[in-house]
Amino acid sequence: MHTQPVIVNIGPHHPSTHGVFRMRLTMDGENILDVEPVIGYLHRGSEKLAEERHYTQVITLTDRMDYVASMTNNQAYVLSCEQLTGITPPDRGMYLRVIAAELQRVVSHLVATGFFLQDLGAFATPLMYAMRERERVLDLFEMLCGARITVSYMRIGGVFQDAPGEFWPALRRILDEFPAFIDELEDLISDNEIVLSRTQGVSVITGADAVNASITGPVLRASGVSWDLRKAAPYDVYDRVSFDVPLGEHGDNYDRYIIRIREIRESLKIVEQCVAQIEPGPVRATTAMLFRPPVGESYVPIEAPKGELGFYLVSDGSIAPYRMHARAPSLINLTLLKQMLVGWKLSDAIVSFGSIDVNMGEVDR
Amino acid sequence: MTTAVSGSDLAEVLGQRLFHSVTNSDAGAAWVTPEALLDVCRFLHDDRAQAYDLLSSVTAVDYVEFFDVVYHLTSIARNAATVLKVRLYGRDAPTVASVTSVWAGADLQEREIYDLLGVTFTGHPNLKRMLTWEGFQGHPLRRDYLEPPLPYTWPHGG
Repeated sequence: MHTQPVIVNIGPHHPSTHGVFRMRLTMDGENILDVEPVIGYLHRGSEKLAEERHYTQVITLTDRMDYVASMTNNQAYVLSCEQLTGITPPDRGMYLRVIAAELQRVVSHLVATGFFLQDLGAFATPLMYAMRERERVLDLFEMLCGARITVSYMRIGGVFQDAPGEFWPALRRILDEFPAFIDELEDLISDNEIVLSRTQGVSVITGADAVNASITGPVLRASGVSWDLRKAAPYDVYDRVSFDVPLGEHGDNYDRYIIRIREIRESLKIVEQCVAQIEPGPVRATTAMLFRPPVGESYVPIEAPKGELGFYLVSDGSIAPYRMHARAPSLINLTLLKQMLVGWKLSDAIVSFGSIDVNMGEVDR
Repeated sequence: MTTAVSGSDLAEVLGQRLFHSVTNSDAGAAWVTPEALLDVCRFLHDDRAQAYDLLSSVTAVDYVEFFDVVYHLTSIARNAATVLKVRLYGRDAPTVASVTSVWAGADLQEREIYDLLGVTFTGHPNLKRMLTWEGFQGHPLRRDYLEPPLPYTWPHGG
């Protein structure tokens, strides 16, 4: 029997596309023959806007890139600014940054896991569980800076303000209760027959392919490549804490899921150590709001929840960056999408796309 | 800690293997000629002693008289990083070879540069506009880009 290939557009307005992503699939029945990602629906020109704002103002633009992980965006940007200007933040500021960034990683991985399971067909329940716990962490962010999503908590030379007194007992409670929640989630999901059969061996990326395609973060580590910038190039206080880098073996959808669960546990370990090590003191170096960095350029890559995030800044000595470029892990991790999806079925396409964990705010900027 | 290989060290290595490929270098980066770029990248990727297997980032900067295309290279095995640049003169048709044949990760990043800065990458498998739409005029991240007048005006005259 003859069948003709059919073109199916998924998105940009579709619940499984995590925002406004569009996949143009060429299908033979249920089988995928070709994939063309179409992006740009959320392009706001952040890089151009940054050229007209002074360095401190740009922090608010970075919030809106990966809006599920604003803290790490802030961190990448201020670290790049600090390299440009030669400012060193005080210890307490750096510890608060790491605590905030690791909590943000927990949140981001929870959201990724929740949506991944939703894409698998576990409708709403796991996602709502994940969102419920996420709310509690967002409450902590609200204590730190008054905002929950677009935090703008970090500043060049430290953080915006010290954590208030009620922050520490609230953090303690979360640290005590979170492992049990992760266990519960794993009990329900990790050995679930349906999850295993739908995800194991699906959309495999080999380690060599992943490195060649500049894929970073949990997706790379799920393929068995040990590359974590918190270990390879420690920034802030990551050289003073000990943690493991979980690695996958197969590079399939299941490994990408389980790596995130393990990374949540490691992140909680890092926060524990930071809470034990942090000492009273100033949280921010004295810096002017308006300043003129020397002519030059800087790029400090950090391990954001989605992968290597770095801001390439070029200074011409004025108060605004001459050029700012965000190296967006969400965008670059999509490079192998076609290779991942061709040969699989439509329902696998949704799951595999979910397993990469992209954020459209960061893809389009 | 990642070893930051300075531009002058990189220039020295390249100068020994690929003559006349380097035009300039400083502490931050080494500049190579557009003609030599692909050979240089292939050498840096394949050579055992260099082994830059991860292309961290590709971007470009518009300096009005010229464009700099900037490659941030990382070697996972050596835990080293360096910066390579290509200088392209002229605003009409800045063109350089695509490095997608060496690092597949350049694919989307080169498309983004083509879209926003108007640098053409020869040999790229799918060089189309990515963030703006088909039929968009101009390249928004260029320094001389002006937003075209809207076909309508807001009631308060903005």
